[in-house]
Amino acid sequence: MSDKKKTVDPNTYKFDTLSLHAGYQPHKNAGSRQVPIYQTTSYLFDDVDHAAALFNLERGGHIYSRISNPTVGVLEERVASLEGGTAALATSSGMSAIFLTVMTLCEAGDHLVVSSQLYGGTVNLFRLTLPKFGIKCTFVKPRDTQGFKKAIQKNTKGIFGELVGNPGNEIMNMPEIANIAHDAGIPLIIDATYQTPYLCKPFEHGADIVVHSLTKWMAGHGSSMAGILVEGGKFDWMQNDKFPTMTKPYEGYHGLSFAEEFGPTAFTMKARAEGMRDFGPCLSPQNAWNVLQGIETLSVRMKKHCSNAEEMVKYLLAHESVAWVSHPSVPDHPDHELAKKLLPNGRGSMIAFGIKGGKDAGVAFINNVKLASHLANVGDTRTLVIHPASGTHSQMDEATLKFAGLSHDMIRLSVGIEDINDIKNDFEIGFRAARKPRLVSNQ
Amino acid sequence: MKFKVNGQEVYASTGGRPFDKNKPLIIFVHGSGLTHMTWVLQTRYFAFHGYSVLAIDMPGHGLSSGKSLKSIEEMADWLSSLIDSVGYKEASLVGHSQGCLVTIECTSRYPNKIKTLSLMGGAGAIPMNPDLLNLAENNDPKAVDLMMDWAHGPAGHFGGHPVPGLYHINTGGMLAKSRTIKDTLGVDFRACDNYKNGFDAAKKIKIPTLSILATGDKMCPVKEGKKLADLIEKSQVEIIDNCGHMMLLEEADRVLKVLKKFITTNYPSKFK
Ligand SMILES: Cc1ncc(COP(=O)(O)O)c(C=O)c1O
Repeated sequence: MSDKKKTVDPNTYKFDTLSLHAGYQPHKNAGSRQVPIYQTTSYLFDDVDHAAALFNLERGGHIYSRISNPTVGVLEERVASLEGGTAALATSSGMSAIFLTVMTLCEAGDHLVVSSQLYGGTVNLFRLTLPKFGIKCTFVKPRDTQGFKKAIQKNTKGIFGELVGNPGNEIMNMPEIANIAHDAGIPLIIDATYQTPYLCKPFEHGADIVVHSLTKWMAGHGSSMAGILVEGGKFDWMQNDKFPTMTKPYEGYHGLSFAEEFGPTAFTMKARAEGMRDFGPCLSPQNAWNVLQGIETLSVRMKKHCSNAEEMVKYLLAHESVAWVSHPSVPDHPDHELAKKLLPNGRGSMIAFGIKGGKDAGVAFINNVKLASHLANVGDTRTLVIHPASGTHSQMDEATLKFAGLSHDMIRLSVGIEDINDIKNDFEIGFRAARKPRLVSNQ
Repeated sequence: MKFKVNGQEVYASTGGRPFDKNKPLIIFVHGSGLTHMTWVLQTRYFAFHGYSVLAIDMPGHGLSSGKSLKSIEEMADWLSSLIDSVGYKEASLVGHSQGCLVTIECTSRYPNKIKTLSLMGGAGAIPMNPDLLNLAENNDPKAVDLMMDWAHGPAGHFGGHPVPGLYHINTGGMLAKSRTIKDTLGVDFRACDNYKNGFDAAKKIKIPTLSILATGDKMCPVKEGKKLADLIEKSQVEIIDNCGHMMLLEEADRVLKVLKKFITTNYPSKFK
């Protein structure tokens, strides 16, 4: 037989095409090639029947922009398509996406198992704020895979973590932790802000819900706050009696059972119909549009972020002022092999390094770089630096700092897409100052 | 709700309202490898407007127990038993794709039981692409990906789901992967491929019948749908443009509008 036999392959659009087109049909929008900004709070009903139909979830459509908006809807579909998910709900920030996810999943009396290496704001939410709602958490170090299993209790409703911990770059063994979650009949929720679906699609490795701060790499331009929760659609909410608010009749919608009625999109439907309706952290159409502009170039940008990051890793490793470098591309990084498997398209653009001379040297470095911006954000197209011990994580005491994988000499670097030589030259200025902290700091 | 048909537990969505035996019954029958959820944007309207709705999961599909039935003829008999099991003497049927074959066969076998028939993306025969059939029978997820590709029209490939935030192709794909592919899609595709009685069954149908066809439907093209409709005595055809085989999701509102008019005219309910 000839080996030329044609294999049939699906011709659904691929990643780069989806990042430009998914979720939008121009012919339904006056032919407008660009996604229109529906700057409106509310939408006309055709008649009373139409109004009732929308409120009864008989049909799709928009009622009020807190619940849904056509511009925001395009963003939601676009991210769902890029992640390989069934549905998504965009929110006013990454924090509100995490909060709505937890509130959709849990009730007072419930418990979560959470990775200890998280963005500082998320740590505060889990450690201090959620207990006020009666939701408790047990923190486990991201590399302690079996620790996640041991921490699961009868009332545990999910496992939450950032795939690559912030800012220590420790990687969770997502496939194994997903199995642990699924054996316990609970979902795995991954904050994939640092990866974007270009680097990793957590649903392909067992995650059930993905959250993003779109404020970061997804948008890239650092102009707009936004977040999103995305549903994988595989998790069976009806397999046990742990999720009554998903499976039992819901009074707020004529006794609707989200799991029965919406199956693979049940979580998002509930997050919108209940969480967004009642808490209200909706994304503005203007910000949704801004984020869409960024997503159009996601692949192009992520490639440059990653190649610049790998160059910076080499530069830092060879530098006399650098004590250590943490990035999954470094061969002796403990998760080097796992990173190859989970992040085949690049290991991300977050680098942590230790500066010789400890805290004072760190402060001098930060105060003297000119091109790199010193600010509390990551994932901008511009290079960003911060000294966590005196910045993002400054509210933590010594012990908590250590548990979160931090040290006083650590500088966190979010590599931008500038010319690589300009970034290196800028760092030379910083390092020079760090070697003589008393002479040049605070200029 | 769950109930038993021939001793096996069956799940059906009642469209968000309690099942009420006094109201006229509409049964929705899904396509190959899918579940009751494909009907969510049609069922809830009827449930809220005077009808009892059952969007069923065929045996072995979705939340129903048992094994998938192996032939369209068996499925047709099973559907008739289902009507008996819920205590009804008659019903209106709505089918999509494979569900059209099942409802045509059922209507021809039990002419007094079925009051109206609505067919979406239907044809008298659905011969399967051999590669697709082979992949599905070998439990290859690519079968689902191919089905989702071919089942969505050019516009549907971009998304634009009527329910904000939902992405068509992945949602449909996840429905079709919710059980073991070879036991659902594989068995269904083989049943469709084997079924040869569609045109003869159509000639026996005397009740009002609606065919909704879509111009971008690659799986059951308009031409094939019309061939079938021409054989049915009281047949009405509606064509949806810019849409593929998954019309019940891709153009849910336009489909519902046509269906609403047809059912309320030909099978009115005295309930509100
Ligand atoms: C990993 C991660 N998750 C969530 C957030 C919170 O997102 P936002 O700032 O958009 O609320 C951040 C913000 O820095 C983050 O880095």
